[in-house]
Amino acid sequence: MLLLPCISGRALAAISQLAAWAGDLVVADGLLASRDVLQGDGVPEQAHRVLEASKMGELLEALKRKGYEVIGPTVRDGAIVYDKVESAKDLPAGWTDEQGPGRYRLKRRDDGTLFGYAVGPQSWKKYLHTADVRLWSAERQGVTFRILNNEAQPRHPLAFVGVRACELAAIAVQDRVLLDDKYRDPIYEGRRAGAFTIAVQCTQSAATCFCASMGTGPWVQSADLVLTELVGSKGGHRFVAWARSNRGAEVFAELPTAPATEQDSKEADAAVAAAAGEQVRSIDTAGIKELLYQNFEHPRWGNVAGRCLTCANCTMVCPTCFCTTVEDVSDVTGDHAERWRRWDSCFTQSFSYIHGGSVRTSTQSRYRQWMTHKLASWIDQFGSSGCVGCGRCITWCPVGIDITEEVAAIREGGKNGNP
Amino acid sequence: MSSKSKHKPRIGVFKFASCDGCQLSLLDAEDELLGVAGAVDIAYFPEATRAMSKGPYDIGLVEGSITTYQDAQRIQEVRRQCKSLITIGACATAGGIQALRNWKDVDEFIRVVYATPQFISTLKLSTPIAQHVPVDFELRGCPINKYQLIEFITATLAGRKPNVPSYSVCIECKRRANVCIAVARGVPCLGPVTQAGCGALCPSYDRGCYGCYGPMETPNTASLTNQFRILGQTDSQVARAFRGFNAWAWQFRKASEECERT
Repeated sequence: MLLLPCISGRALAAISQLAAWAGDLVVADGLLASRDVLQGDGVPEQAHRVLEASKMGELLEALKRKGYEVIGPTVRDGAIVYDKVESAKDLPAGWTDEQGPGRYRLKRRDDGTLFGYAVGPQSWKKYLHTADVRLWSAERQGVTFRILNNEAQPRHPLAFVGVRACELAAIAVQDRVLLDDKYRDPIYEGRRAGAFTIAVQCTQSAATCFCASMGTGPWVQSADLVLTELVGSKGGHRFVAWARSNRGAEVFAELPTAPATEQDSKEADAAVAAAAGEQVRSIDTAGIKELLYQNFEHPRWGNVAGRCLTCANCTMVCPTCFCTTVEDVSDVTGDHAERWRRWDSCFTQSFSYIHGGSVRTSTQSRYRQWMTHKLASWIDQFGSSGCVGCGRCITWCPVGIDITEEVAAIREGGKNGNP
Repeated sequence: MSSKSKHKPRIGVFKFASCDGCQLSLLDAEDELLGVAGAVDIAYFPEATRAMSKGPYDIGLVEGSITTYQDAQRIQEVRRQCKSLITIGACATAGGIQALRNWKDVDEFIRVVYATPQFISTLKLSTPIAQHVPVDFELRGCPINKYQLIEFITATLAGRKPNVPSYSVCIECKRRANVCIAVARGVPCLGPVTQAGCGALCPSYDRGCYGCYGPMETPNTASLTNQFRILGQTDSQVARAFRGFNAWAWQFRKASEECERT
């Protein structure tokens, strides 16, 4: 009896990756259209209304009444993470983050904002494209075997509270990768289709943010509900909010809101504009594909390899990195077997292992692969950049490697006569 | 797979200089052990049973490092008796915590510690098994993870490659959705240069990784050393971090010696 295939999933993944590079994958158009359908119902922007901050709990209750499991930001282990949110008390009221390359610190703020931070270590892929999924299990039955159902789907649809513009862009990128191709990922699809998104526009940026330069934020293009938190003005602590889908409007209708004044809307827009204005990092994306394609050989790759730990943290925290490996496990009796899908990273040796060894043995080849795929070949493969400018790879790199700095160095080298 | 018809693989468990903790991992796997005991013939395991069958063995699990002339001879005989030889734990794979003596004068230790030093016969170095005989597979850790041991035995019985990754602890830490303590709290953590396998145990309990599983596949110890200095660690603190259970693993050894040089 053969339960386990001769070709490892890893090898298959490597083959499909090679096929992808070779341009076998068809790039579908209409990315934005498909995103809108998944994101909501594509209804036109509704009138702005005001929700008092003290009523945030009612929004969470309304979601729960509709059968959603509510996931949102909460403070744990010195960071703002995404986890189950029972009530507004779980939200990070009065907390903010201070970020830099390889550094994150949770700080108190005195204004009691609920979403007064940038982004934490986790992204929504924690829930949509989970780290470990049992694809199926099997048990021996005489000379044959029986496949048992997987249990990869959540029991309740998920509602995400506090989704940032860059994160919505990241979800759209993963939609493109995991849903819009010939091979759809049914696990992602199941989790994604039911998910309700409540976006909160950023009113401050971390030092590692660069969404403005990537064109992904801080303004939110599409979600079920869009909120902007305002505090410290004469209108008091409140959210300027609008629905962007029919189901969003339904939830919205259950909330005690008042019409927003023109002043409210202006204030909200100014707060988001201020967040864009305070970003200190950026990537010059002009001709970036050509830039990186023309610089496979560049002394900067060796330079970054001196610092890179190949620890894979950047890929684990990246909200668009989607690579997985497949692990077959069996018990000692050989009567039960399971197939698990787990997050993988292009920074490991096994990732590029094909018959005879790893294709990318050096650190510089791996960093180059990651960055060139993220910023350049992703465009050929999926029709957009793979980077949304959230800055997580900068903050959560244990040695603070800064992708914006690396791109700038490559560009600089190009100007000064690239060897 | 067809274990019923074939003969059961014979396993021998051999101890060299070590604390026995890794062998105990096998005994500790109570639930799984019933399955293991049914599927394999534990032919030699002095820690667990007085019944000792002679070799040859299909699988030899070797714990401990080589520290004496006698052991240096004995490992040759063990190798001859075992079709596959698997080293288990930091002592067997890297020389263990006792390899700290490799930087010191062993004779002086003996004079200070023992009343009659002339009875003590030992080697100057504590060395890993692979320095003496060819090794087929290494299970890292101090102690090893019993699930990795069971996985190794299970995979061997099924004729498949064991799922024993050689990438960093960070991957396990992130899969567990831990917040990185190095980034969020400035804790010096060896996770980025250490091989996975423990399930990111220490970082999950708010401690920096101690490097129990030894160097990962491509450890950049120089870059991490630099980062430890940025986090305020002195060179002697960095050197001590690398001088743990896997101090004699060459990448960690090089890292600690470079710190001592500066």
